[in-house]
Amino acid sequence: MSPKRKTSNKSKNKNISIITRLTAWWGAFIGRQAQGKKEKSADEIDSFGAPGSGKSGLISVTTVLIILVTWWISTEQSWVPPLFLPPPNIVWLKFLKISCTPTYWQELQNFLGLASATPPECIGFNDSTLLEHTISSLKRVFSAFVIAVVIGVPVGISMGMSRISRGVFDPPIEFYRPIPPLAYLPLTIIWFGIGDLSKIILIFLACFAPLALNARAGVRSVSIEQIHAAYSMGASPRQVVWHVVMKGALPEILTGMRVAIAFGWTTLVAAEMVAAKSGLGVMVLNAARYLSTDIVFLGIIVIGLIAYAFDLIMRWVERTLVPWKGKAS
Amino acid sequence: MIKKDDASQNALALEKIGVVFPASLGSGDVVALNNVNLNMKDREFIVALGASGCGKTTLLNVMAGFIKPTSGRIRMKGKEISGPDRSRGIVFEDVMGPGKDRGVVFQKHALLPWLDVLQNVAFGLKLQGVGEKERIKTARENLDLVGLKGFEEHPIFQLSGGMQQRVGLARALTSNPEILLMDEPLGALDAFTRETMQELILNVWHKTNKAVFFITHSVEEALFMATRLIVMSPRPGRITHEYNLTFWKDFLEKGEARKIKSRADFISMREKILSIIHGEEEPEF
Repeated sequence: MSPKRKTSNKSKNKNISIITRLTAWWGAFIGRQAQGKKEKSADEIDSFGAPGSGKSGLISVTTVLIILVTWWISTEQSWVPPLFLPPPNIVWLKFLKISCTPTYWQELQNFLGLASATPPECIGFNDSTLLEHTISSLKRVFSAFVIAVVIGVPVGISMGMSRISRGVFDPPIEFYRPIPPLAYLPLTIIWFGIGDLSKIILIFLACFAPLALNARAGVRSVSIEQIHAAYSMGASPRQVVWHVVMKGALPEILTGMRVAIAFGWTTLVAAEMVAAKSGLGVMVLNAARYLSTDIVFLGIIVIGLIAYAFDLIMRWVERTLVPWKGKAS
Repeated sequence: MIKKDDASQNALALEKIGVVFPASLGSGDVVALNNVNLNMKDREFIVALGASGCGKTTLLNVMAGFIKPTSGRIRMKGKEISGPDRSRGIVFEDVMGPGKDRGVVFQKHALLPWLDVLQNVAFGLKLQGVGEKERIKTARENLDLVGLKGFEEHPIFQLSGGMQQRVGLARALTSNPEILLMDEPLGALDAFTRETMQELILNVWHKTNKAVFFITHSVEEALFMATRLIVMSPRPGRITHEYNLTFWKDFLEKGEARKIKSRADFISMREKILSIIHGEEEPEF
């Protein structure tokens, strides 16, 4: 209660308030930059608008840059030992090193008709290049995803269309959906062996639920007016399903695909934990075993970038195929 | 001279129609319609007016064939109605975006957002297997009729509410139905667009010689458009009053909708109908 105590409280909060202020100032600065100098920012014009409206792209770019710079400074200044946090340039060199193997290099040389010694930095990882790891991971995820789309979307549509189908599929899907894939990984190995099949089935299961449930929701989102209007224009039940219900469900089906590919990619590392020869997941796990943190970092970055690319592609597909999404239905 | 049976001359004949929805959790059987008799003649413009829950939409669904009445019979040109078909076209209230970036997304829409204006209007003919050239020609004619020439390629979700309603009307007309069933088609429009659309619909009706069954909540709209006005009342849903009106005729002959709507006879009629509806809305204990 004494004035002295008050000041001490104040000084404790000082650090926090400086950070808050700095953040606010930075945000405002970036905001102004994004809005252009002549125009007033959205915040100034419409102070009582929807919370969080306006562009955020430039702010995001800045954030990424800050993270990278912080990473670089903290390793440069040896704040963190390289075993825990490898410097960015080391990760970059590792990227170059494992991007090729001696055999790969040799083949490339032969193909180009050149003859030169294999550079010593061409070491690969587990006898495979980074590209080969990536491709074998992508193969697993995509084959599982495609199978899941082919089976999951029709199952979801039938769940939306028929109470019998809904009754049959709802309990198993709702039961296994919240179980982490790691929990049933041992079971898929016992049942389907340690080959690619068990891995694909694990990823398939991760993709299946969001695909089926979103397709079902899509069917339910078709308005009764659209269906009635089609009938009163002489449509047969089959035409209603094909021309109205399926098309109307498309936005949600695409949402399901976007969620599913992300889920499948997330499950990848778990799927590659057992007896995989190549793949990004197994690369990370093996590197961790030898404390090669730089390769772990590299693997994580590649996995993350590919996931982001998936999302960008799916968003582009959504914008192209269902431009009315969010504006109707 | 053979005198035709009365029922076979009527575009639509409803006899003692009753619709009871079976009991659901927390409520007993709902009598949506009770003993409704209505004969709709060719070229009639019947407007159904009444408070919410008076069974207007149920009645429209019975006419369309979506709901089978629990009792009574419904015939079209003497033939029993067993389900929806393209002799009775429907126009719904259509409200689809474009909201602001986080605007409300409306649920009620009957147009298909993945098709452009022309494809929407031609959709019925496509379902019926009409060739592409033919269906585009017919669709264009009907778009012309509702004043949407030049908007063929526009996406539906970028049109204003009034334009979407025009597309809905053109689409229903393209299947060339004998009867148009309109379920509160102007409910979502602003007052100005609404008046324009009333006039448009009257003109289109006059040109195309369809019989129309039109549901509305607006007394003024009902009086202005109807050749026959039916007032319905809830619990159980039934027709309580019927009026033959001629305001539409004055409009088609002379125009000047606003003048008609502010005439003394129009206003006194409006107050009369309003007092009927309000009288029925008193809670029943």
